[in-house]
Amino acid sequence: MNRAGAIVSSSLDLVFETRDGPVHALSQIDLQVAPGEFVSFIGPSGCGKTTLLRVIADLQQPTGGTISVNGMTPREARLNRTYGYVFQAAGLYPWRTIEKNVRLPLEVMGYPAHERAERVRRVLDLVGLGDFGRMFPWQLSGGMQQRASIARALAFDADLLLMDEPFGALDEIVRDHLNEQLLALHARTGKTICFVTHSIPEAVYLSTKIIVMSPRPGRIIDIIESPMPAERPLDIRESTAFLELATRVREGLRAGHSYDD
Amino acid sequence: MRIALSITAICLAILAAWYVGAVGLNAKWERDQAARAGVEIGWADIIPATMSQERPVLPAPHQVAAEIWETTANKRITSKRSLVYHGWITLSATFLGFAMGVGLGILLAVGIVHNRAMDLSVMPWVISSQTIPILAIAPMIIVVLYNIGISGLVAKAAISAYLSFFPVVVGMVKGLRAPGGMQLDLMRTYNASAWQVFWKLRWPSSLPYLFASLKVAIAIALVGAIIGELPTGSQGGFGARMLNGSYYGQVLIIWSALFGAAICAALMVGAVGMVQRAVLGRMGQA
Repeated sequence: MNRAGAIVSSSLDLVFETRDGPVHALSQIDLQVAPGEFVSFIGPSGCGKTTLLRVIADLQQPTGGTISVNGMTPREARLNRTYGYVFQAAGLYPWRTIEKNVRLPLEVMGYPAHERAERVRRVLDLVGLGDFGRMFPWQLSGGMQQRASIARALAFDADLLLMDEPFGALDEIVRDHLNEQLLALHARTGKTICFVTHSIPEAVYLSTKIIVMSPRPGRIIDIIESPMPAERPLDIRESTAFLELATRVREGLRAGHSYDD
Repeated sequence: MRIALSITAICLAILAAWYVGAVGLNAKWERDQAARAGVEIGWADIIPATMSQERPVLPAPHQVAAEIWETTANKRITSKRSLVYHGWITLSATFLGFAMGVGLGILLAVGIVHNRAMDLSVMPWVISSQTIPILAIAPMIIVVLYNIGISGLVAKAAISAYLSFFPVVVGMVKGLRAPGGMQLDLMRTYNASAWQVFWKLRWPSSLPYLFASLKVAIAIALVGAIIGELPTGSQGGFGARMLNGSYYGQVLIIWSALFGAAICAALMVGAVGMVQRAVLGRMGQA
């Protein structure tokens, strides 16, 4: 693994050619994420935060600049299966039980049968779904489904976790709970996590680094290193440090985003 | 209970309409007979008479039932007068044709989904193949196949396959394309091979569509086998039975063959439905 940086990009550009002319989805993105960091990308819709995550995952290709993921090109990183991706919706396969959904990447990647069962059990316990392995997705609540999809991304040995608004569709209470669990998971596994969100409290609560983005063209307008301790109980959100950080993020968003157009 | 009642009510209504129709359509013959004999007859004579004619325009339900009973239960199944004997001839062609049609349909669908050239070139032919009246093309298929040494069962099955591959292609193309962008992206993040994407994602996604198609396919496979029996002057089968009945004016034979075919179709569609419930049930759906 590359100690220098889990993700390093410089002058990254992505321009979509559309019928109405080119759209600058990403412009001059300079980014450095160190191993073990929890980085949130926050910004209004259209700021390119999901696109950036998809570029890191090699689901989309940049039109300019350079980017490396774990010291490789994104394509190599994908071919070597060095990251796990969690989508906005859980996207579990409805015809597979929770257990078999989590086993899917292990089957694809050719893990031996005995190791699969062991890993599935371990990650399901990790996300608190140990007793639900034999159920089908529709028998579980939305929050549980999303936890299962996180377990699926954790099942194989990727030291980078890419999460695209994974809790966006969940209610506030479930969201708090999952945020807490995600922090614990980050502490336990030491994985690098890139987390896309449009919720300021979520970004501030979770991150060691917050990247504030702005649309048209999609660009980074502020990078904030969180001064908060690693240990974060939920009520840290009433602390002054938290509120100051949230204010800085909000001001950054406001500065970068004109609501006039 | 209420559902059972309404089902019974509808069946009774159909039977009643059938009886009324039988009386109405067969009455003319009774009146002509009476006029020829120079006697006056009233409805009291006509109604019972219309229900037991030997060559009715429309046989009464109990006549058809009696004919079916007579030609199934009371005949050895090896007898050429047995409906079971003829039924099996048609069904064996149906099953063979269904298997061929489903296999061909799935193969074409897989090709169409994975290959853009096939998508653009094959699909129009698949659709136009079904715009040709099968009754017109069936004799040609039989003749062409006969000239290359294929006749009998396989020739009939070819016509079944010609009809039954279509719903399978249409359903499977739709089904194999059912996985959304996110599900495909997920497989991409795993660096899954095309083979794995097919077996672990596209194929299971398509099964509900496949079963819907299979129900249509098996019913029209039977129609295809019957049509295949018409031009060959075939020795047996529901189709031969219907053709014979119409040659000799044996309406009851036609009707019993029709009902035999309908009952077979219903049983086969029901059987596909049972397999569907079992398979999709195991997949947490259905």
